[in-house]
Amino acid sequence: MTSKNISIRDLKLWYKDSQALHGVDLEISHNKVTAFIGPSGCGKSTLLRCLNRMNDRIPNCRIEGDILLDGKNIYDTDIDVVQLRTRVGMVFQKPNPFPKTIYENIAYAPRIHGLVSDGAKMDELVEYSLTRAGLWNEVKDKLQEPGTALSGGQQQRLCIARTIAVKPEIILMDEPCSALDPIATAKIEELIDELKKEFTIIIVTHSMQQAARVSDNTAFFYMGKLIEFGETRDIFTKPSQKQTEDYITGRFG
Amino acid sequence: MNRSSMQQNKRLQRRHRADRRFKYYGMAAIAFALSFLAFFFVDIIGKALPAFEQAYIQVPINYNGEVKDNYNKAIPRSYRYLVSRSYLRSLPQKLEKYPELLGTTEQTWVLASYRVDQYIKGHKGHGLKSKYRPHVEEMLQNKKIELRFNKQFFTHGDSKMAETAGVLAAAIGSILTLLITMAVSVPIGVMTAIYLEEFAGDNRFTQAIEVNINNLAAIPSILYGLLGLAIFINIVGVPRSSALAGGLTLALMTLPVIIITTRAALRSIPDSIRDAAYGLGASNLQTVWHHVLPLAFPGILTGSIIGLAQAMGETAPLLIVGMMAYIPEAPSGIFDATTVLPAQIYTWSSESIRAFEERTAAGIIVLLTVLLSLNALAVWLRNRTQKTW
Repeated sequence: MTSKNISIRDLKLWYKDSQALHGVDLEISHNKVTAFIGPSGCGKSTLLRCLNRMNDRIPNCRIEGDILLDGKNIYDTDIDVVQLRTRVGMVFQKPNPFPKTIYENIAYAPRIHGLVSDGAKMDELVEYSLTRAGLWNEVKDKLQEPGTALSGGQQQRLCIARTIAVKPEIILMDEPCSALDPIATAKIEELIDELKKEFTIIIVTHSMQQAARVSDNTAFFYMGKLIEFGETRDIFTKPSQKQTEDYITGRFG
Repeated sequence: MNRSSMQQNKRLQRRHRADRRFKYYGMAAIAFALSFLAFFFVDIIGKALPAFEQAYIQVPINYNGEVKDNYNKAIPRSYRYLVSRSYLRSLPQKLEKYPELLGTTEQTWVLASYRVDQYIKGHKGHGLKSKYRPHVEEMLQNKKIELRFNKQFFTHGDSKMAETAGVLAAAIGSILTLLITMAVSVPIGVMTAIYLEEFAGDNRFTQAIEVNINNLAAIPSILYGLLGLAIFINIVGVPRSSALAGGLTLALMTLPVIIITTRAALRSIPDSIRDAAYGLGASNLQTVWHHVLPLAFPGILTGSIIGLAQAMGETAPLLIVGMMAYIPEAPSGIFDATTVLPAQIYTWSSESIRAFEERTAAGIIVLLTVLLSLNALAVWLRNRTQKTW
């Protein structure tokens, strides 16, 4: 496996007639945390949703360019979207556990993909996933209670556990902490640090501090263009672009 | 207090007065509507209650040899016009079945004629000739005439003789018709809504379909009757007046309602649930089947039941497919000629005999009870199956 496992080449995207992405080129490294930052409407979430083709569901959304996952374009006609999404998992802005039990939330995806059969193996996988998401100790006695009864932070970790259960290569996180309080946020950030040993993580965030804390690389977007991309340390200390500097110092955005 | 703050104060009071006025208008409107409802219920129940009791009369029946040819001979002339003709008509058959009765006389309680029934209930227009009145009064004094619970109303079909007319045939017809409507419109309607909402893209074709469905829901229902007549009876060859013809016609009428309510139920499920399922790699069908439908189910159920209840009360389209007819026998299958409750009510309401008036009201009570029960069932099922998240 090459060290660079996602390459985005000249990606352009239109919602009906308005262009949201103007030719983005980006190489995302394996087992690193990459943060996408930028003001609202800059295209960072749009780009993230391209990576597991969630944009397919949006009518009148047109895409040009390539996204190569291990050298294979995920927009090729022979790519199965269902298969792709087991390799590229996603955690959403608002915690969205299924209105089912905690156990069912985790077991659902492995079951439909036929990864694990129900029974002891499934119990094991549920425990493993919840442990990895740092939630096991809090919920081990109430696995049969609805996932929606948990607190917001716990729900988000449940969603992460649910994503881990399919053992994806890449986890996309779309502002995963924007609906959470600082303590829950800290827990998720710790979790991201832990998970990056195993998964490639791409996180969209509005919080500069969060990007600085959790990411190895940062990409700054503005008006549908990638302005600057580099190691987080460099972006935050010596940005090469004026726009980047203005944004991270809070002069606009 | 200075000038400007006084103006302020006046303004504020004016705003409060406007608030109160608006509240009173609203309350007046509701009181107005409620008074009509109260009047309706008092009137209908008041008219219907007597119909649930029916006069019975004790008369001597003589099974002589002449009964076979002329059933009138079984009973003394003075009683002849006081008992129900339908009872007298059944006597020759009874005698044939039980030949040992020949030559015996028995005092027996039989159904009184509708004239006696109306007379002792004190209704005007009872139609009882004045020469019989003293006799009836005397029998009433001697407890030879009494009012009993009108079981026949629920065990008999329609009849030209008011005292034996009942709702059973129409009720069975309504049930059969509704079952067919349900079997056809619910699956097709729900599937259509799921396809349009969850699978079909947003293009000119689906937009055209959507506009048409919304328009169909607003079409006068009698036009569905014409459509049903043209398709099901003239082309397909379904028997006229049958539960099948009526049920299919009502299904056409109910389809848009079910499609619209189902789509609304599906649309009320937040996209975050779909995102979650798609994000985990669930296919389109799995997302809908495992996640969206269970959550939308209460809404779909309520919509379907309301749609069916509406179909059950519908009369106009059934008029066209021939269900507004005098049909005394309960149908034994979906191909038999039948009538339905609202049609039965209409038929009775146009009868000239006074005794049918209370039956009309009683029929309305039966129909209302069924409809209210259906609506209550919808509410109960919705509350039971609703998940909160």
